Amino acid sequence: MELVNFAYIIASILFIFGIKMLGSATTARRGNRLSALGMLIAVVVTLFDRNVLSMGWIVAGVVVGSTIGLIAAKRVQMTGMPELVALFNGFGGLASVFVGWAEFDRISRIGWEKYLGNGPADSTFILVAIFLAILIGGITFTGSLVAYLKLSGKMGGSPTLFPGQKLLNALILLAVIGLGVVLVVNGQSQELVVSFLVIIIALCCLLGILGVLPIGGGDMPVVIAFLNSCSGLAASAAGFVILNNVLIVAGCLVGASGLILTMIMCKAMNRTLGNVFFGGFGAASGGKAQKVEGEMKAASTEDAYYVLEAAQSVIFVPGYGMAVAQAQHAVKELAAILEDNGAEVKFAIHPVAGRMPGHMNVLLAEADVPYEQLAEMDDVNPTIANVDVVMVIGANDVVNPAAAEDQSSPIYGMPIINVHQAKTVYCLKRGQGAGFSGLVNTLFFRPNTRMLYGDAKETINALVSEFKG
Amino acid sequence: MEIILLVFTFVLAAFLGFELIQKVPSQLHTPLMSGSNAISGITIVGAIITTGAAESTFGSIIGFAALVAATINVVGGYLVTDRMLGMFKKKN
Repeated sequence: MELVNFAYIIASILFIFGIKMLGSATTARRGNRLSALGMLIAVVVTLFDRNVLSMGWIVAGVVVGSTIGLIAAKRVQMTGMPELVALFNGFGGLASVFVGWAEFDRISRIGWEKYLGNGPADSTFILVAIFLAILIGGITFTGSLVAYLKLSGKMGGSPTLFPGQKLLNALILLAVIGLGVVLVVNGQSQELVVSFLVIIIALCCLLGILGVLPIGGGDMPVVIAFLNSCSGLAASAAGFVILNNVLIVAGCLVGASGLILTMIMCKAMNRTLGNVFFGGFGAASGGKAQKVEGEMKAASTEDAYYVLEAAQSVIFVPGYGMAVAQAQHAVKELAAILEDNGAEVKFAIHPVAGRMPGHMNVLLAEADVPYEQLAEMDDVNPTIANVDVVMVIGANDVVNPAAAEDQSSPIYGMPIINVHQAKTVYCLKRGQGAGFSGLVNTLFFRPNTRMLYGDAKETINALVSEFKG
Repeated sequence: MEIILLVFTFVLAAFLGFELIQKVPSQLHTPLMSGSNAISGITIVGAIITTGAAESTFGSIIGFAALVAATINVVGGYLVTDRMLGMFKKKN
């Protein structure tokens, strides 16, 4: 037993270094491998230590899970990354639910008195831990599934709202907590059958679905980061169920770091976590059309070509639209041409552009955009007035000047990339409608803005052939 | 006594987690998230323990399900993070 705990300490150290190294570009890959090594050590040591009764089930489970994980990780396109991360996250939550359930079943069969007889814990502690593992794990599981469905386009990305939604959610949460109290008080008595636990699991899963349904696509970076944090806390709760150090430490590390990422995302939108989950953003504001002065002026790719050809400095601002159109390779080609043409080219990336934290960075990295060309919002804004051309590719709210100027706007106060201050702005957009959030983007009506309608990839390709032809 | 030590560990780990990633460039937000997501698959250890000690076929099946879910999380999470970071690397 001592040896196992020693190995768990080593695994924990590897996790800590792994997370630390993931925070810097030069060490990130090694960090990830170190933490994988820690996981391997923890798994192998556990396999050999426990007087395992049914090795067959374990081997089968690991083989099946590894195969599925391997295939999914190898096959996914980079554009499909947000939904896959959400899905993996959901499985982590599901695992915690099952561990809580299996332990409850096992202890009930052994008998609580016998199980607790020579252990350090009392039944209340174990039952609270089981309840938390199921509650957090269940919400993580179904919440991530809904996020997956929204991100992969299998379900509309807009908020799903119905009358009495908040009341229903509150009632379910109250019911879950009530049942949880019953579980903790009566859990060790024989009368409480396992099916009672199934009801709690079902309600927790329902809570996850209903919690994420009203959240719109633009808020997905916050939701994904938050669910990531939850999956860690669920693992920690499962660790308290089986009184295991390594689960508690690793799960808590993930929970804490996930929470920080969530806060970074919230800050980038100037919103609180509560506002994201209960604000009904997008839906509440979508109805009222703002009056905007000016008109949207369409331009042809030929016009854009002449302006770009003469530009000394060009900034690309990518958004979710670039991911949808899979335009990253075309964009990189255009950027390379512009650079050869003597222009200074940069990519300005807003922290919440896209559907997950860092989404645009992943896509541009896939397209081999040089690291030096990537710039963060705060680096670009001070000098943006001197920039000749800004190309906004499928980004919307993150460049909406209303966030800086219109106090009545729902996104007022959100930090944006101030592209409207540049000399000329080209916005690549599918059609004339408002973005996913339902907000009118006043940028489109500015005198220095021109619209390039159509599929982003086709537009960029057309520009590339103008340069080549 | 052991219980309080576990809670103690939890609290310290929370503070450590907060300190670890205070300043992460936004370029690494996705790998950090998916890499730490793989770590949350540590539930795999719990799944092995509970499956190994199962008292009934029902318990084995639930444990098996936990193992499958956790292993997908672990294997898929680490591989996909590694793939992503590989892309980040090659232009440096």
